[in-house]
Amino acid sequence: MSKKQLIVIGNGMVGHHFLEQFVATEAASGYELQVFGEEPLLAYDRVHLSEYFDQATHADLAMGTAEWYEQNDIMLHLDEAVTGIDRDQQTVTTAKGSHPYDAVVLATGSYPFVPPIDGNDHPHCLVYRTLADLDAIRTSAEGARTGVVVGGGLLGLEAANALKSLGLEAHVVEFAPRLMPVQLDADGGAVLKHKIEELGVRVHTEKATKAIVAGSECRLRMEFEEDDYLETDLIVFSAGIRPQDALARAANLEVGERGGIIIDNQCTTSDPRIFAIGECALWSERIFGLVAPGYTMARTLASHLNGDAEAAFSGADMSTKLKLLGVDVGSIGDAHGQTPGARSIRFNDEAAGHYRRMVISEDGKTLLGAILVGDNGPYDTLLQYALNNIALPEHPETLILPQSEGGAPALGPDALPDTAAICSCHNVTKGDICGVIDAGCGDLGSVKAETKASSGCGGCAALLKNVVDSELAKRGVEVSKDICEHFAYSRQELFHLVKVNGIRTFRTLIREHGKGQGCEICKPTVGSILATCWNEHILATDHVPLQDTNDTFMANMQKNGTYSIVPRIPGGEITPDKLIVLGEVAKEYDLYTKITGGQRVDLFGATLSQLPEIWEKLIAAGFETGHAYGKSLRTVKSCVGNTWCRYGVQDSVAMAIFLEDRYKGLRAPHKVKMAVSGCTRECAEAQSKDIGVIATENGWNLYVCGNGGMRPRHADLFATDLNDEELIRTIDRVLMFYVRTADRLQRTSVWMENLEGGLDYLKQVVLEDSLGLGEELEEHMEGLVGTYQCEWKTAVEDPEKRKRFREFVNDERTDPVQQWTHERGQRRPVTESA
Amino acid sequence: MKVTTQWDVVCKVADLVPDSGVAVWTSSGPVAVFYLPERLPALFAIGHQDPFSGANVLARGITGDIKGEPVVASPLYKQHFSLLSGQCLEDESVRVPVYRVLVDGDQIRVEQRLGSRDELAA
Repeated sequence: MSKKQLIVIGNGMVGHHFLEQFVATEAASGYELQVFGEEPLLAYDRVHLSEYFDQATHADLAMGTAEWYEQNDIMLHLDEAVTGIDRDQQTVTTAKGSHPYDAVVLATGSYPFVPPIDGNDHPHCLVYRTLADLDAIRTSAEGARTGVVVGGGLLGLEAANALKSLGLEAHVVEFAPRLMPVQLDADGGAVLKHKIEELGVRVHTEKATKAIVAGSECRLRMEFEEDDYLETDLIVFSAGIRPQDALARAANLEVGERGGIIIDNQCTTSDPRIFAIGECALWSERIFGLVAPGYTMARTLASHLNGDAEAAFSGADMSTKLKLLGVDVGSIGDAHGQTPGARSIRFNDEAAGHYRRMVISEDGKTLLGAILVGDNGPYDTLLQYALNNIALPEHPETLILPQSEGGAPALGPDALPDTAAICSCHNVTKGDICGVIDAGCGDLGSVKAETKASSGCGGCAALLKNVVDSELAKRGVEVSKDICEHFAYSRQELFHLVKVNGIRTFRTLIREHGKGQGCEICKPTVGSILATCWNEHILATDHVPLQDTNDTFMANMQKNGTYSIVPRIPGGEITPDKLIVLGEVAKEYDLYTKITGGQRVDLFGATLSQLPEIWEKLIAAGFETGHAYGKSLRTVKSCVGNTWCRYGVQDSVAMAIFLEDRYKGLRAPHKVKMAVSGCTRECAEAQSKDIGVIATENGWNLYVCGNGGMRPRHADLFATDLNDEELIRTIDRVLMFYVRTADRLQRTSVWMENLEGGLDYLKQVVLEDSLGLGEELEEHMEGLVGTYQCEWKTAVEDPEKRKRFREFVNDERTDPVQQWTHERGQRRPVTESA
Repeated sequence: MKVTTQWDVVCKVADLVPDSGVAVWTSSGPVAVFYLPERLPALFAIGHQDPFSGANVLARGITGDIKGEPVVASPLYKQHFSLLSGQCLEDESVRVPVYRVLVDGDQIRVEQRLGSRDELAA
């Protein structure tokens, strides 16, 4: 039995793709395949045509090889244009003869539209579609200085790139007011224009060419309106494409009003034996001028011919992601916002040349379209939203705003650039750290030893550990979560051990779960955990040796071995009488006095032995310890609130005092700062705190995990319009969850960044009680609040504890190395340079 | 040169704090005495002055062990000093003086070199 004859007319990308798909089907064995191509060359990649001027050859661009056609028994007729289809005789005719068919696939593509302008037939007026066109452009470019592309669309800009790579001064002349009018809006077009001009291509928009005449300086002159003109040596027309439907018209197949062979969902034309795919086909009154929909049609037809009744072309997404002259351009779906009710979010960074627009449905839930210029980074994500109708996040703008402005994904160590300074004392950058890791440093200790990072002020210890851990993990090194050589546990695991087993001393813990005697890393960590769990006095005999010196002496050690004192001033509110006492005490002991950033007063220069005396006086005046020395709540900053301020909507001072009294003394993995603002003007800067509270008309908005200092982080909005009770309960839970799960010396900001699931997870745990921990966390906090004691009050009343404050246990002399000078009316230590 | 020493009483046993240090004033200046009850011997004495800051603070550091070696971490910049040799573990070129120390009844004695007071003045 003889095989059926299938003839493919056109050997372009889509025609070739059809053959690839079809020969893989079972039906293929029932057909003899013939292909006719007008061009002398095998199908090649037209999308990357401009690379032809960049050293690429036809072989580089070719889609297949002659061998492939041979192996698949496809008879290939190149350089043989089909001149007619006789539908009655079922034959296809070329100059060389005629061939009978059972089925015909038209994959004739398109031809460039050349606007009807006088003089457009000049020999140096060219088009940009085939390799032959490119050869002609190359020939014309010899001896030429400038070249003009007419048309500022996708292909036009590709053509401009081609002219540029031929060494010509390239111009783009566009009739519309902007580049890529189909894909971009005015702002996007403007950004693209600016970027392209930066690359040396001159762009002329809103120019209609009236005529092309001989030039005086160059070969040609393009005449625009009035006296406006542009001289050029050659012109490339790239003003759009038209479906190549001449054969179909001649054979009386149905075509569209403005061209295109009409097809149905199976790519069948008005003749059931003739099919059309690619740019020549008109589906649902649309021409698809991109390769991807053409490929979809090719696959659909191959399946259809293979008997797949389901196979149907259902339109195609015209989203495009391109690099034009090196500039990223992306356009998704309804980029122009033509859907009724559509709203847009736009981001335009003119300095960086980044433009982003999202078109969002009326209900704000789905992404209809998008435009990107300058950076296609968000393209893939946006396309997923648009194609799959995925519900947009609550703040969709975070999808296109730069991280620094949108509070989108937090800046983990990975996101830091190599130039980021990690240790400013020793000027160690992230790049330096990566360098020594690459050179063989395999743990935190050796990185520290090699770079000296974190051996200065030590303020970068946590960040350094994060960077090192992250870099080691990237290099496949398993990062030990052990806090030190004495415990093979993380802080969180130690917390569980202590809590679950009711362990009350470090000694028990290390005997049962660790080894050795401990060190300055595990001891304070365990000290903090014990305090959180059992809240015993930090100077109880068992706990003293665990504390960092600041905790041991309940003051902050300064560089000369003296201490500073920060009494608690809740909410920054202080009576004149108490202020006077601070002044009197400072004067009596000659203490350098400074206002802190947290609305308190810091008194510097007290010797160890003076501390209890000073505190006796402060306590007598009603002061309490301020825990400035502890990994614990420091201060709750506040603005004056609605009792005085004409803008205030809530009593921020009262709330700040309440919060400070509630959480004072709470031992945490690191210090905790809070603030309460009385209105949205945010004078207390609550959004830079671990816990930030901002008053609203209806209650309080809660922000969490912000940070100032070395690595500022904007706090995340956690819950809105809470009443007092809800606010306290929520803070209780957040804080307790942090205290239980954070790493040693991990601030809430870093904790949040490392928390798997991030903000959403924390919300689930705290607001939705997804772990069922809510009540336990609240009870735990309630217990701590109930057992609070002022550590200094207890210490000064206990003669045994006071003994610790002797500078020398056998001698009453003061420390002879402390030397003083005076500056601006106050006493300060003598520094080396003085 | 013949070096002779004497054992000075520096404090009482009751002044010591387990797993921690106290500072004492001796004829050769400030000395930090540590009592680590889990070790044998349990007493250690090194110079109280932190060589990195010049401040007299080492007795106020946290004690512990690094790979078995008893150490104190400076409370200022956290370098470790061996309680056996005075050697700084982070910087080979830095070492603090070490003194022998023992219990005499309810008193603690630290060994002092004779004439060290003059050296101090020099």
